[in-house]
Amino acid sequence: MSADTAVVRPTLAVWKFASCDGCQLSLLDLEPELLAITRAVRIAHFTEMTRAHVEGPYDVSLVEGSITTDDDVARILEVREQSRYLVTIGACAATGGIQALRNFVEPGAFPAMVYAHPEYLRALDTSTPVSAHVAVDYELRGCPIDRFQLLEVILALLAHRRPIVATHSVCQECKARGTVCLAVLGESACLGPVTRAGCNALCPSVGRGCFGCFGPSEGANVDSLTQWLRSHGHADVTLARLLQTFNAAAPDFREGATNLVATKVTLGAPPRSRKERL
Amino acid sequence: MTHGTNRSRTVSAEGVARVEGEGSLRVVVHDGIVSEVSLDIFEPPRYFEAMLVGRHFSEAPDITARICGICPVAYQLTACAAMEDAVGIVVGDRVQLLRRLLYCGEWIQSHALHVYLLHAPDFLMCQDAVELAEREPSVIERGLALKRTGNLVMETVGGRAVHPVNVRVGGFYSAPEPAAIAALADPLQRALDAALATVNWVAGFDFPDVTSSYRFVALRQDGRYAIDGGRPGSSDGLDVTPQHFAELSVEEHVARSTALHARLDGRSYLTGPLARYALNASLLPGVVRNAARAAGLGETCVNPFQSIVVRALELVFACDEALRLVAQYEPPAPAADAVVARAGVGTGVTEAPRGLLLHQYEIDADGNIVHARIMPPTSQNQLSIEEDLRRVVEGGLDLNDDDLRWRCEQAVRNHDPCISCAAHFLDLKVEHS
Repeated sequence: MSADTAVVRPTLAVWKFASCDGCQLSLLDLEPELLAITRAVRIAHFTEMTRAHVEGPYDVSLVEGSITTDDDVARILEVREQSRYLVTIGACAATGGIQALRNFVEPGAFPAMVYAHPEYLRALDTSTPVSAHVAVDYELRGCPIDRFQLLEVILALLAHRRPIVATHSVCQECKARGTVCLAVLGESACLGPVTRAGCNALCPSVGRGCFGCFGPSEGANVDSLTQWLRSHGHADVTLARLLQTFNAAAPDFREGATNLVATKVTLGAPPRSRKERL
Repeated sequence: MTHGTNRSRTVSAEGVARVEGEGSLRVVVHDGIVSEVSLDIFEPPRYFEAMLVGRHFSEAPDITARICGICPVAYQLTACAAMEDAVGIVVGDRVQLLRRLLYCGEWIQSHALHVYLLHAPDFLMCQDAVELAEREPSVIERGLALKRTGNLVMETVGGRAVHPVNVRVGGFYSAPEPAAIAALADPLQRALDAALATVNWVAGFDFPDVTSSYRFVALRQDGRYAIDGGRPGSSDGLDVTPQHFAELSVEEHVARSTALHARLDGRSYLTGPLARYALNASLLPGVVRNAARAAGLGETCVNPFQSIVVRALELVFACDEALRLVAQYEPPAPAADAVVARAGVGTGVTEAPRGLLLHQYEIDADGNIVHARIMPPTSQNQLSIEEDLRRVVEGGLDLNDDDLRWRCEQAVRNHDPCISCAAHFLDLKVEHS
């Protein structure tokens, strides 16, 4: 970054934990707005984008990824300490992400399946959301997040107001855009009624059921939905798989899947640990 | 940081920026001789190959997309190819052409990101593209517009740019309307012009005089510049099936890295733009070959710093190819071919923007995944990147520590490593002992 101009801009830091980089990429994907954003805020830390590093404290920290190592645990505490607002971006940071599937198997089962020398690894047996470790000011959902919702959150924080981000379900977005209901048609199992809005009902618009990548909506009644879908011919194993993807450890989805008999089948060989690790 | 005596010094850099993911780089110099180079990847492991076991084959494209947010289409389409191989189907031409269009979108998006935002600032002594934009706003705006066009193609075909939703084993959930595809032509035409300007811009950079005798590995796809499939081939005569390539390429787990290190017949190799160009340049259309000639590039490019020129040429190619595919688009009907599970093993290979990607799955008669193997480009390129670093340090010992560190970071960024894919990135320590 070049020297500051006369006006002191708020600082924005972007931090990565266990993740795919897709949510921080969403910031760069705001192509027409990106340079305007960098004129409004000073990018103080963002390794995907810059070599420069400005020491904290930071006005806003965006945190991508879940906590999966001892180093992560220590680093997220430092990020919290240094940040006025801590905003998590994406399913990994909000619920543990797809990598939280390890929480449902015996510790050590996954590393042994992938690495010849699991003893070289320094990783925890669980993948946990940021909120399990520090206070979070705002969680932006999605796998990946929607870039315009991210823009809204940044604008809101700059204006010291609450972000305007819908908390209702994908189901309502479908109705609003006039997409014919796939679940009623019986063509597809759909998590739209229990999944947080934000994608503008993207999957139903291409003729596939919602697979819950934004995580549970407020007040989601997962059991009611799974019973209904089951009575319309969808197998438990299909429903359990739907619930056990990118937000598998979100409490509503986790319990919904646990209440389906086929859950153990879904994750294959290793049985679910008795120990509750979330 | 630096410390040292007449005989020795230590340079360290932590968290090499402008690469996807987290890693570090360590170089030990003893009496002016580089004795050790290691690229340590500390991206926390996420165990994708374990998470896939027990899942249904139809879930692999969406699950593996989450390996990398920069090249999700590569993961989705490679998973599809492997699963289709496992169940013994070959998708129709229309589906395959639409996949190639989607993949062109990802090449445009990923290459524009790398050329403009991640790599070019190195050559112009800027910390990042924002600093560069203050000097040359119209250049960065051109790069962002290119990137936007790549994203637009992905959104139109795939539903969204990061983790598209419209891809399935057998084809697509729905075929885009012809009018929506036709509307891509104007932005792609502008992107083609911007890509040609990009080649002209990056060809004028100062490149360190570093060359390497790479063993290049890339796909060859019947008469076309390979993107969405093909047979693995090498610059020293290898020409094998994807299955055979999977057997020949052995990944090793070393203590310092959560990325596996791949060797082919026991030796290092390089995939990605330099390899594709070396093996397939003759298949590039005239507009790309003319641009290459104007940029002063020969039939192969063995200076890794010039990979930015090759990437820019591939931007031209991807725009031109996308335009061709848009012009001849016919919606696949049905949008997906029927897929019936059967027990078997399937292998898929495609050219991700940063290099060759291989997926291999074993599935049972019910379509459940029994075994998964994913070999991302970065683990295949890692040994070659380390060899580059050795050469760069040996040739750069007269540089001061900050400049040497920057040069090393650049040597890593030359190959656009995607560390979150390979851990399976960067903290630089140059120890002079």
